[in-house]
Amino acid sequence: MSNMREKKAQAAPGRSGGKKGPAEPGKLLKRLMGMIMKYYGVAVVIVAICIIINVLANVQGTMFMQRLIDDYITPLLKSETKDYMPLLKAIGRVAGFYGIGIVASYTYNRIMVNVTQGMLKHFRDAMFTKMERLPIKYFDTHAHGDIMSMYTNDTDTLRQMISQSMPQLFNSAITIVSTTVCMVMLNVPLTVLTFVMVGVMLGLTRKIGGLSAKHFIAQQKDIGSLNGYIEEMMQGQRVVKVFCHEEESKKAFDELNEQLCESSYKANNYSNILGPINAQIGNISYVLCAIVGGVLAIGNVGGFSLGGLASFLTFNKNFNMPINQISMQINAIVMALAGAERIFNLLDEDPEVDEGYVELVNARKENGEIVPSEKRTGLWAWAHKHTNGDPTTYVELKGDVVFDDVDFGYNDDKIVLHNVSLYAEPGQKIAFVGSTGAGKTTITNLINRFYDIQDGKIRYDGINVNKIKKADLRRSLGIVLQDTHLFSMSVRENIRYGRLDATDEDVVAAAKLANADGFIRRLPQGYDTVLTGDGANLSQGQRQLLAIARAAIADPPALILDEATSSIDTRTERLVQDGMDKLMAGRTTFVIAHRLSTVKNSDCIMVLEQGRIIERGTHEELLEKKGRYYQLYTGNAVLA
Amino acid sequence: MLKTLMKQIKEFKAASIATPFFMLLEVLMETVVPFLMASIIDDGVNVPGGDIRHICIVGAWMIAAAAVGLFAGLMGGKYGAYASAGFAKNLRQAMYYNIQTFSFANIDKYSTAGLVTRMTTDVTNVQNSYMMILRMGMRAPASMICAMVAAFLINGRIASIYLIAVVLLGCVLFFIIRKANKYFNIVFEKYDDLNASVQENVSAIRVVKAYVREEYETNKFANASAKVYNMFVKAESIIACNMPVMMFTVYTCILLISWVGAHMIVSDSITTGNLMSLLAYCMNILMSLMMLSMVFVMISMSMASGRRIAEVINETATIHNDDDPVMEVKDGSVVFDHVYFKYKENAEGYVLKDINIDIKSGETIGIIGGTGSAKTSLVNLISRLYDVTDGSVRVGGIDVRKYDMEALRNKVAVVLQKNTLFSGTIYENLRWGNKEATDEMCRRACKLACADEFIERMPDGYNTYIEQGGSNVSGGQKQRLCIARALLKEPKILILDDSTSAVDTATDARIRKAFATEIPDTTKIIIAQRISSVEHADRIIVMNEGQINGIGTHEELLEGNDIYREVYESQTSGGGDFDEPAVKEVKDNE
Repeated sequence: MSNMREKKAQAAPGRSGGKKGPAEPGKLLKRLMGMIMKYYGVAVVIVAICIIINVLANVQGTMFMQRLIDDYITPLLKSETKDYMPLLKAIGRVAGFYGIGIVASYTYNRIMVNVTQGMLKHFRDAMFTKMERLPIKYFDTHAHGDIMSMYTNDTDTLRQMISQSMPQLFNSAITIVSTTVCMVMLNVPLTVLTFVMVGVMLGLTRKIGGLSAKHFIAQQKDIGSLNGYIEEMMQGQRVVKVFCHEEESKKAFDELNEQLCESSYKANNYSNILGPINAQIGNISYVLCAIVGGVLAIGNVGGFSLGGLASFLTFNKNFNMPINQISMQINAIVMALAGAERIFNLLDEDPEVDEGYVELVNARKENGEIVPSEKRTGLWAWAHKHTNGDPTTYVELKGDVVFDDVDFGYNDDKIVLHNVSLYAEPGQKIAFVGSTGAGKTTITNLINRFYDIQDGKIRYDGINVNKIKKADLRRSLGIVLQDTHLFSMSVRENIRYGRLDATDEDVVAAAKLANADGFIRRLPQGYDTVLTGDGANLSQGQRQLLAIARAAIADPPALILDEATSSIDTRTERLVQDGMDKLMAGRTTFVIAHRLSTVKNSDCIMVLEQGRIIERGTHEELLEKKGRYYQLYTGNAVLA
Repeated sequence: MLKTLMKQIKEFKAASIATPFFMLLEVLMETVVPFLMASIIDDGVNVPGGDIRHICIVGAWMIAAAAVGLFAGLMGGKYGAYASAGFAKNLRQAMYYNIQTFSFANIDKYSTAGLVTRMTTDVTNVQNSYMMILRMGMRAPASMICAMVAAFLINGRIASIYLIAVVLLGCVLFFIIRKANKYFNIVFEKYDDLNASVQENVSAIRVVKAYVREEYETNKFANASAKVYNMFVKAESIIACNMPVMMFTVYTCILLISWVGAHMIVSDSITTGNLMSLLAYCMNILMSLMMLSMVFVMISMSMASGRRIAEVINETATIHNDDDPVMEVKDGSVVFDHVYFKYKENAEGYVLKDINIDIKSGETIGIIGGTGSAKTSLVNLISRLYDVTDGSVRVGGIDVRKYDMEALRNKVAVVLQKNTLFSGTIYENLRWGNKEATDEMCRRACKLACADEFIERMPDGYNTYIEQGGSNVSGGQKQRLCIARALLKEPKILILDDSTSAVDTATDARIRKAFATEIPDTTKIIIAQRISSVEHADRIIVMNEGQINGIGTHEELLEGNDIYREVYESQTSGGGDFDEPAVKEVKDNE
């Protein structure tokens, strides 16, 4: 346990360091786009077409307004007949285009809802599926808050990007392209001038955007530290009250709060001023073009007319708008890419490797031979498929576990278990005792391969555990952890978690075996009571009883029990104890023991210290030895 | 709720007022610039031969207007950011400060995660929409009104088309947003549930893996995630109507005005230039309306956040200091006089029923009883962590409600059952008990609590850094540090609420012995599960279902109390703990 903690601490600076801008934005964007195209290629194409239609409909509207007076109203004024038909026809035509534009607009907005939410669903599902397949080590080395943040904050920034930034960017790009084409056709020098001003705009955007991004990152960091502080203080709020420490706690809070206010102000300030700056540069660009264009037109350089200038100036104005819009989206994109990077990192994590091929199957005995069975028989066998084509051999599952000179470390360079050798015969109860950090939990975590060993061998019924499929290995091992975790579903479903095809009767039977039936029946809705918040409405003892029932229904041939140290009252404790005893009966059991009775009744006791087994034997044998066990038992431990 | 939040603007009022003012200035410049632009075209470019001088003069004006606009924009951006960041700061502070006044009853109401979210995510939401309101809230209506007024000045009849369009569009947008909002409320709830189930999976990953339920959980998640997807699509499809409706209105207006305008020009009611301006204003008005609708969406989305924030700020502490508080605790005597207690006003039964105890100063009292027998509730009344429902608790002969809370709690030290150490060195943690404590005093307290032995073997001794929540010390070590911290208060009454459960029996005994010899005058109240922890007490109270089942010495109770005897027997006949050793090894990785 302590080792994990250390690793978490090591990971911490990396985490805060990770809140930088994305390393390779281009690559990330490409990957993100690639994924979107893969799932919603057709939709994206339709959206693109609709956006183009929409832009064109808008452009033809603008053109109509420019022509309205010259082509329709002026002739009307001049004509005697006052024939409104041409105007009506024109309006009808424009209305038609507008109608198409509106339909296109609705279509792409509506499709984008599906694309956005669909992509988010894909991301969420992919993240979760991946997360479930990651090795325990990942969870040791990543703060749970950081993992959660990918599902909340990072997906939120992605939503913003996919639903708003991306269509906006495309829209702007189309507008820029069409406007550029028009401008170049009208006058090249003025176009160059416009581009120079746009260059200035982009330069400033880059500069200010960079500053803004820098402060946004600082803001995220400050939120993080404030968040951490608040969390710690809220958790310890009762202690704060008891020690009248309110003023001190306020003081430290104020400092962090002030810091966040500062960085938040700066970040928002820079992003706020980007818009006005670009808008005004746009105005200046307009004026410059007017003056230069005026000179050109009056000097009639290259056949440039005043009418051409008027049109050019309109385009100049139209050109600056989308640039401005793009610059507004930059922050959202930077933040979304940073989020995407974290999500991709999760998706790219290596899943738990499983090279096992030995499977667990139901079996029955036929003339003393073990043969596979379709039905659940209560008898299990390891199906050993041979690669060389020999027929599959079956070995009965008994629960025979052997550790042969096992070395293990959470990191390769730090071995925490040294030369551990032990054997458990089927049905035996093996107790591990020793101080915190001696390696008791670690050993049990190796049997079900939560972690893989560095050296040595672990054999289960004579088979190297590495050859057994992880899922089957774990299915053969029941486990009751020290910290009970329950899920937000009914009590019945929580127990059934041990074996999904269990009937309601099985559930009740398991609850009875675990002595949980009594309290469950007293719950408001009995077995159908829905638990919330990790079973927050149950007492510690009741939660343990449920965990035992959950293990009992799985009916595994071997068990790993981590007895809880937390104090529960004597009566409940007796129920828990009794439940555990019933569960252990007839199974190979590894128990991390805290209770005297458990230790005493064990077939073999392993005394661990600093990752080594220093004594082994039965209760009586070890007492006779007058060694470490004796010290522990009598409570006369001497200072080391 | 709005009132509560607005109160927190405080020193940022000036910036909050200045921001819309600057935005207004920017809008004015924005209205001027098109005029100048038109002038460049009409009077500079579109005159025979062109008028470079005019272009230059108007251009200079335009640059001046651009400069003013830039200045106003910069200032608006700056003050908007300043005001909203400051507002957010004040909101967080107001919540945090108010939480510090919370009594235990208030604390029970909120979850840690809930409070953290309120102070971070919710405040950020409000901050963003506040900035939006300051910057756009003024800008959008202002530019709409400017354009509207200009339009009416030109021609009332045509301008009334805008008025109708604005009203109609406003209604439709309102309807859309309201309808979408209803879905959003549901969707966010479902979304929270989804995230809660992720949280659950992350913390219970060992259970998932041990039972090989990866597939099962993935399917479960996929179902929930599909539901969230469907709800979101439903809600956002409604929002997707916003843009087309908007466009429809704009386009209809443009075409209508073109048609009506053409007739009016022919009948000489308006000029062609007027018509062009009217069309330009049309865009302005409807764009502003769009902007406004965005502001409303933002506001309505941050409404929920605002409510959650206001809830914390408005929460009133259930326990207050007396107006004329007693500042000194005379001695360590404790009297429970017909005490009744329940946690919630409307709860049916009492948690504590008719408790009468008279504890003399310096006495050692043990309390034993099953889970839910209200042992903790009983001692929590002594330092007034909760107020009695009926009857009274007197410390030093005075009702606890008469004391200044700080004075009372400084003399009544409680070592809580669920205790917390804070990130910081051991010294820093110990000094929670007494800010001015010297190193010497700290060490003495640790010695009393038998914490010195493991601290001194740590590489950095008393300067060892404790991780958040004390995660780098063992349970037993944590408990001893918490006891030492409480001892530094030099209390008249020391309450240990199951505070040595993770300490082995031998050390437990030594701590009790040290208490007896070193702080004999302090009243000691010890809640424990283990008989051995209380058997030497002067008197032992046996609690059962909120009532006192028996009081007496160990021998007396063994004789005459069934519950006590039962517990005793179960603990001596091999049902006890095989405890962790007294000395926690310094972990191999440290």
